[in-house]
Amino acid sequence: MTTLEISGKNLLLDKDGHLANAGEWNEDIARELAVREGVGELTAQHWVVIRFMRKVHEQEGDPPSIRRITQESGVDTKALYQLFPNGPGRKAAKIAGLPRPKSCI
Amino acid sequence: MTEPKLRQPVERVSIIVSRGSLEGVYPGLIMANGARMEGIEASLFFTFFGLDAITNKRLDHLKVATVGNPAMHIPTVLGAIPGMSAFATHMMKKEIEKLNIPPIREFLETIHDAGGEIYGCKASVDMFHLKKEDFAPIVDDIITVGEFYEKSAGAQIIFT
Repeated sequence: MTTLEISGKNLLLDKDGHLANAGEWNEDIARELAVREGVGELTAQHWVVIRFMRKVHEQEGDPPSIRRITQESGVDTKALYQLFPNGPGRKAAKIAGLPRPKSCI
Repeated sequence: MTEPKLRQPVERVSIIVSRGSLEGVYPGLIMANGARMEGIEASLFFTFFGLDAITNKRLDHLKVATVGNPAMHIPTVLGAIPGMSAFATHMMKKEIEKLNIPPIREFLETIHDAGGEIYGCKASVDMFHLKKEDFAPIVDDIITVGEFYEKSAGAQIIFT
């Protein structure tokens, strides 16, 4: 298991490089992860996606599929791909401190 | 001893859809959409009966083939009974919906919005006497096989 140090905290990572424990996540960690993932500064739209994913994960145990994000969060497909370029589902999940999404859709 | 080559990640895919049945079209769409989800560039090239999947009047009515498909696990003569294909299609659409896989039209729009490119094959378009206006608005262009290869530069080509 590898770890990642962000603002003095040592965070355990899973085999995909995502946070192993979603409970250790906070907004400062998200901001730092966004920079590392090449997403840059998080806007209000980014936070809509991140909070929606956190909520679904908390209630159901898995992060939502991209289709579900675009159906229920209010951020459409085009916007989602612009907000999180180069792999939106996975990138958004990583920044949100969640495991890699299991859905194929 | 030579050093083992580093495995390069897939960066681009060009997916050819040559069939017009529901089970013939979905795999290509799932792979193209899945590529975009992972940040891989994707283009779809519809040829022969695959054109039905981007033809405006037809794409909402694709059917499961119940004849000549041993994996359906029903004898061919039963598969030929009127209504069998409609029934199998209904069942498969229900399963697809359960998995949260969108219907064909919405799926094509999603792939397009995600930056995937969608093309029809010129030879097939001419063969079926179709015109540009017969196709769904998400179709980027009707292109020749030469243009397809040109656009596929550096891509893995996948035939379905």
